[in-house]
Amino acid sequence: MTARPLSRMSRFNVTSLVLGLAFLYLPIVILVIYSFNASRLVTVWGGWSLRWYSEFFNDPAMLDAAWMSLRVAAVSATLATGLGTLAAVALSRGERFRGRALFSGILYAPLVMPEVITGLSLLLLFVALNAERGFWTVTIAHTTLTMCFVTVVVQSRLAKLDRSLEEAAMDLGCDPLRAFLAVTLPLIFPAIAAGWMLAFTLSLDDVVIASFTTGPGSATLPIRIYSEVRLGVKPQINAICTLVLALITVVIVAASFATKLTSARGESAAPL
Amino acid sequence: MSARRLFAGPARSAAIAPYLWMVLFFLVPFGFVVKISLSQTAVAQPPYLPVFDLTEGFAAIKAAFAALSLDNYRLLVSDNLYILSYLRSLTVAAVSTAILLLIGYPIAYAMARLPPRWQGIAMMLVIVPFWTSFLIRIYAWINILQHDGLLNQILLALHLVSAPVVWLSTDSAMYLGIVYSYLPFMILPLYATLARIDPALSEAANDLGASPQQTFWLVTFPLSLPGVGAGCLLCFIPIVGEFVIPDLLAGSNSLMIGQTLWLEFFTNKDWPVAAAVAVVLLVLLVAPLVLYDRLQRRQLEAER
Repeated sequence: MTARPLSRMSRFNVTSLVLGLAFLYLPIVILVIYSFNASRLVTVWGGWSLRWYSEFFNDPAMLDAAWMSLRVAAVSATLATGLGTLAAVALSRGERFRGRALFSGILYAPLVMPEVITGLSLLLLFVALNAERGFWTVTIAHTTLTMCFVTVVVQSRLAKLDRSLEEAAMDLGCDPLRAFLAVTLPLIFPAIAAGWMLAFTLSLDDVVIASFTTGPGSATLPIRIYSEVRLGVKPQINAICTLVLALITVVIVAASFATKLTSARGESAAPL
Repeated sequence: MSARRLFAGPARSAAIAPYLWMVLFFLVPFGFVVKISLSQTAVAQPPYLPVFDLTEGFAAIKAAFAALSLDNYRLLVSDNLYILSYLRSLTVAAVSTAILLLIGYPIAYAMARLPPRWQGIAMMLVIVPFWTSFLIRIYAWINILQHDGLLNQILLALHLVSAPVVWLSTDSAMYLGIVYSYLPFMILPLYATLARIDPALSEAANDLGASPQQTFWLVTFPLSLPGVGAGCLLCFIPIVGEFVIPDLLAGSNSLMIGQTLWLEFFTNKDWPVAAAVAVVLLVLLVAPLVLYDRLQRRQLEAER
């Protein structure tokens, strides 16, 4: 009998892992391949071509929507990162304070709240406040949605961080703010960056909340894609989706580098 | 220790800005939803009658309270359409969650068995689709499932079917889309608990003569239950309110509640009824939400 029979992968384990990953990736790979299809018929292969990409870059309505989405994603991710980091610091370092349970409750609720409810409720607020719907209302809505994801990412990093570093800084005469800025912030910075990127991609992806909170004439890219997709498959949409996937891939690679940096720095900082 | 206390005060004040933001943009809006669900539908912009007008003083408030009506809720109970929508949503969510657990568990289990170096890569591979656009992933399936799509082409080429099968606008397509989109939400919490289980426990069971099946059902599976709970809730709750997937992949003869809400709001412009639909949906989801919160808190305490 071998020493650790269960630590080895059984055939069943390998099969389920391979099938699972194939299931997750194959549809995306097929989509990307077909975006380079020269044929107008989505299903007939007519050779490689960049035709649908040039069509996208010559479609002002789509370009406007893409520009709107990028601006919303950048601004809301930045706001969400600021607020989410503050929330993470308060939750992991603030010990007990009045209303902490409610605070963590409303921070985590948007993670699972159906988007139709979040979207509808924000819209009714904006209408009651008589706010003009457009860029800022979508940005506020996305900040509210994505901030809790930032909190989760940053909080998990803060939880792993050795507190004695902050304590040492304060024993050596730093005030808490200075200790935070000089010691804690550099250590959690990669997690903050990863949080920003997650918020950015989530905002770039959202259809439902944006549909509720946007106004006439300021559709985001997902809203446009969605209304096109409802009418059927179009090769131009394949190209746009591939471009969005490429952008997100770049962001993910950057995020994973950032996370690697976190662990590397965390280890080198520990003996200090 | 004193330093830790010193830190706690300023850290507490870090909560102020996010707290105010979430109260204003998450908690207060629910108040508006409740308020508007109690008001009358009107053909106007915005399409409901105002409930409060504080400028007119106490008499106006009194009149406003008198005007509050439960008509919208009465409609939800009396019209079969709404009850059927809620039931369909709960059924779809329950069935999808069960399928997700059946598919996700073996994958998470295999991930936890991988050598440590590979586990990080496998986890990354599962997380990446979660980051990529959800809409794009549904669209990718429309590409494959459409009348002359890849799936039908393959089935025809293999002579498994004699004519193209209708896949789009069916419940099977919808379930496929839901399972595809939510799979990472199921795998990640399962993997997190499975990876944390001490391998010595199953080794001990093995040494004491348990078969691999016995070891799994008596040791590993019970220990993974917190992950099963978290994964199921993370999938079940959002699926109940799902809109995009059923709208794009399922047929239009029976609607999920998210679609009904969308229809009332955007097509019928009946905001009060849409708000009432949302309030009832929220009440239905509060129980699992509270459960989820408890589970998470227990897990956090266990980690400490």
